[in-house]
Amino acid sequence: MSRPEHVSPPELFYNEREASKYARSTRMMQIQSQISERALELLNLPDNTHGLLLDVGCGTGMSGSVIEENGHAWIGVDISKDMLDIAATNIKDEGSDGDVVHRDMGTGLGFRGGVFDGAISISAVQWLCYSSHKEHVPKLRLKRFFQELYGALRRGARAVLQLYPETPQQMELITSAAMAVGFTGGVVVDYPNSAKAKKFYLVLSAGQPTQLPRGKDGAGEERPLFHPGRRSANADTVDYESERRGFRGKKRSRNEDVNIKSREWVMNKKDRQRRQGKEVARDSKYSGRRRKGKF
Amino acid sequence: MKLLTHNMLKCNVKGVNNGYPLKIEVTTKEIRETEMNPAFLQGIVEKLEWPVFRAAAAQLGEEGLPEAVTPELLEQEDFLKKFHRALLEVVVVEGALICPESGRKFTITNGIPNMLLNEDEV
Repeated sequence: MSRPEHVSPPELFYNEREASKYARSTRMMQIQSQISERALELLNLPDNTHGLLLDVGCGTGMSGSVIEENGHAWIGVDISKDMLDIAATNIKDEGSDGDVVHRDMGTGLGFRGGVFDGAISISAVQWLCYSSHKEHVPKLRLKRFFQELYGALRRGARAVLQLYPETPQQMELITSAAMAVGFTGGVVVDYPNSAKAKKFYLVLSAGQPTQLPRGKDGAGEERPLFHPGRRSANADTVDYESERRGFRGKKRSRNEDVNIKSREWVMNKKDRQRRQGKEVARDSKYSGRRRKGKF
Repeated sequence: MKLLTHNMLKCNVKGVNNGYPLKIEVTTKEIRETEMNPAFLQGIVEKLEWPVFRAAAAQLGEEGLPEAVTPELLEQEDFLKKFHRALLEVVVVEGALICPESGRKFTITNGIPNMLLNEDEV
């Protein structure tokens, strides 16, 4: 998959041509509005509220129109002037309750404290991991962004950032920057088994820890991928292991009750390899049986 | 730029302690009608800096907003209409925002305030 992040910085990449291409592509529209819907769902705003949301990297305002369908007003920031021009025209034509500001999120957001009821960002935050100018240090830009995002959100409000991390290290960098300024939360992955539909959402909460929502995996049953910390019965603390590790070699067998090379152990191993898709000999009454001793 | 946005924006140039409220310079403005949502207006009122909003509205020709908002006022259709008009329908199309402390000018073109900072301002 090609990554625009490798081509040129966002203010240059999303030029007039690219912006109008983006705005007119029905495929883009469909994907973006699906993601925006999901992001709003993850924001988990109380029903029948009409709040003010921040849209970071609003682009041509596709996510903004989804916000509006849900009855909220929004303010969007983006670094590409050409994208914003299209957004401004759409706002004007549709009589929308949105507004846009030309701003680089890596230099902070420039909003007063506690004014937003939530924030969403669709496919934008990973741009902060790339450095297109000598002065741009990803770590510092991420820190500045999250600091100001935290400040602009009402206490207890959530931010849902959908992003395309290129490597797990990028995700780690972004998540740790968010946690360092006081956000709680973690990553929700939708459709983790699909290469195309897989989407990462960083669900952050400013102020108070909340239960992390679960990712969709298409089978109807939802499961979390990883948590920032294991929750104990008391939600404010994290369990720790009191059990000692013991000798290095001792924990080699996963199930200590099963003797190595016993029939049960062999069957478990065959099962495991079958699940991994390896070629495994079929089970029979001879499986796992000792050979007769030689005379 | 709508007055809602103006009320939320501040100048965060390096070294500026109090970059709020930004002064508005208007070259052209427009009225763009939008649908009124009373529930939104009732919710947003506590987040607005009312005196700042009132002054900005007066500057853009939307007089007649009260000095303070009371819960009774928020039930009145008349007030809500005025409030909605000043908050979401009046748009500064061309002009500038000026930081009260440093005097830094952020231009507004095509209704979009340019809040980009130079490298030395971050």
